[in-house]
Amino acid sequence: MKRAIPWQAVVFLLPALLIYSVFSAFPLLDTLRLGLFATDETGAQHFAGLANFKLLLLDPQWSDGFWNAMWNNLKFFGIHMLVQNPIGLLLATLLSVRGLKWARTYRTLIFLPTLLSVVIVGFIWQLILSPLWGVGERLMDWVGLAEHFQPWLGEESSALITLSLISVWQFIGVPMMLIYAALLAVPEEVIDAAVVEGASSWRIFWEIKLPLIYPTLGLVTILTFVGNFNAFDLIYSVKGALAGPNYSTDILGSYFYRTFFGYQSQIGSPTMGAAVATMMFLVILCGVAIYFYAVQRKLQRYAL
Amino acid sequence: MQRRNQTLLAMLLAGAWGAAQAGTVTIESWRVDDKTLWEDVLIPAFQKRNPGITVKFSPTTPTEYDSSLTARLTGGTAGDLITCRPFDKSLDLFKKGHLEKLDGKPGMEHFPAAAKVAWQTDDGKDAYCMPMASVMHGFLYNKKIFKELNLTPPNTVDEFFKVLGTIKQTGKITPLALGTNDQWETNQIVFTGIGPNYWHGETGRKALIAGQAKFTDPQFVAALEQMSKWTPYLGKGFSSQTYADSQNLFAMGRAAIFPTGSWEIAYFNQNAKFEFGAFPPPVQKAGDKCYISDHTDIGMGVNPKSKNKDDAYKFLAWVGSQEFADLYTNKVTGFFSLSNHLIAVKDPVAKQMLDWRKRCESTIRLNAQVLNRGEPNMETELWTVGSQVLNGKLAPKDAAGRLQSGFAKWYKPQQKS
Repeated sequence: MKRAIPWQAVVFLLPALLIYSVFSAFPLLDTLRLGLFATDETGAQHFAGLANFKLLLLDPQWSDGFWNAMWNNLKFFGIHMLVQNPIGLLLATLLSVRGLKWARTYRTLIFLPTLLSVVIVGFIWQLILSPLWGVGERLMDWVGLAEHFQPWLGEESSALITLSLISVWQFIGVPMMLIYAALLAVPEEVIDAAVVEGASSWRIFWEIKLPLIYPTLGLVTILTFVGNFNAFDLIYSVKGALAGPNYSTDILGSYFYRTFFGYQSQIGSPTMGAAVATMMFLVILCGVAIYFYAVQRKLQRYAL
Repeated sequence: MQRRNQTLLAMLLAGAWGAAQAGTVTIESWRVDDKTLWEDVLIPAFQKRNPGITVKFSPTTPTEYDSSLTARLTGGTAGDLITCRPFDKSLDLFKKGHLEKLDGKPGMEHFPAAAKVAWQTDDGKDAYCMPMASVMHGFLYNKKIFKELNLTPPNTVDEFFKVLGTIKQTGKITPLALGTNDQWETNQIVFTGIGPNYWHGETGRKALIAGQAKFTDPQFVAALEQMSKWTPYLGKGFSSQTYADSQNLFAMGRAAIFPTGSWEIAYFNQNAKFEFGAFPPPVQKAGDKCYISDHTDIGMGVNPKSKNKDDAYKFLAWVGSQEFADLYTNKVTGFFSLSNHLIAVKDPVAKQMLDWRKRCESTIRLNAQVLNRGEPNMETELWTVGSQVLNGKLAPKDAAGRLQSGFAKWYKPQQKS
């Protein structure tokens, strides 16, 4: 029997497919293509094969900056994984405690910074932490810690950590909401059965609730990963495109920006920029692939 | 395909940028700060003489200007008149065919040869931008604080540090309003501001270009050494202090001295409630000849792809006129017209700075010519290295070594042993 072509499906899918191809798939493919070209003195582009990538990965002039940005990006991601997501889990768990008063208010307040523009958040924190105008030092003085105050955003050793924590503060609402929703979806009967069996609430959390929300935790991880490796705005609004001091806050996003658009007297190079963008794409692709093959597939067993 | 990409990029960069229309002349510039002056003073003055021509001043922030302008020029969406950076940046645009030849165009005859150098080909045969103005580097100081502490503006380096020491002892006032967050000040203001007294201005600069001097020579290391001695006199948390923070500190009277340039005079005339004066970079020993960074900073050229070249040239001719020179010098205080018209400078501090030209020798920012032509980019290197020296993370000697090795990597005259 010959199946008729499902025309209605084609018609309904077409607009989305068209928009997706034009604004997402085509630019991506074109970026990958552009990465294989080089710009010469006159500004003309010609095919250069993998020359850009060779420069980027092997020539110290490019690779030092690239690997520094990559390493900083890993640290940026690491801090989010170690601080943002566990605290998000903790907050969600506390919020889902039955009979908690003001739960909605807490939820809204914690989620509020996520709604703010990153640029505003950047400037607010820059002001708070400014040794000149900031309230940070005074607040620390009230609890007797004034002498521990440092210009955290200005020191090589602490600038990246400070920026990561600002980002954590802003985006903690996302994992919290996702995990919270997952926790609410845990079937009551399962919990009730465990209570009847005499399990402590500690055990219920570790052995029932947590395994049941693993898919959500996996999703949060991959969202954090993609978000962090595409991050740029916070660094740019607080430290500018040079990501100082001495490139200590430079991540792939800011490195890409300087390469592609140029900064101050450094003229942007679309071809080199496309090569950096391709590398970023590959890193994210690898991360997502690992997630799909190693994590997502295993988690299927737990899905209800 | 390629053209479309670049156009797309240019449009993205320019936002909702419309192509120039006939009858309208659009000026590309990085002087965001002067936007109102252009719109309220300069453009109306031009339009009074040339009715029917609409002029639009459309600046991009200084740090983004070079790259976004290049993108717009390549994509064909740039304005009719291009504000030119001095030396290499504009020369590069000219070589790529993005600037018209201006030899013999009306207005050009009003400029002395020295002023034109910044916008000529290396052999001096072709000019591509009309010189507009220069800025001068130096120190602004709060006269009230100086009077209270019984201080006089220093002449020598020793006096300079003595003054800084006295101010620091008060414990309340920051001696120097300077931060390293934005980085550019450490090169454009500090290193090439105080340095010419060590490398004797043009002599030292030309020696670097000729390959006869190295950054590791004592005259260049000494400038970095003086910088490293500034650190104790900077404000608390200076490593996260932006240029705007420094401006505010000085304007509020919380800092005594602001290492900067003449372009700040207008800002402090508006924002500072105290009287301020200026002094040039201190010399090593009393009686030494002084050198100042008197930087030919702004010129103006014509976009060959302009749809309204006639009007653009009319505007350019006006930029070369006495009226413009007078308006620019006295309204955009701190930018000194480069034309040879006689102009009475009204602002006292601007006049004070301009008078330095009589007793000191002028030079331009060290790396403005030739030195920026390779990779690693000298300007970026100087920003990073200078900030590191001020932050106390890099010894002056090592800083000089890093500059020299980066320079020798691409510059042939520096490669012979």
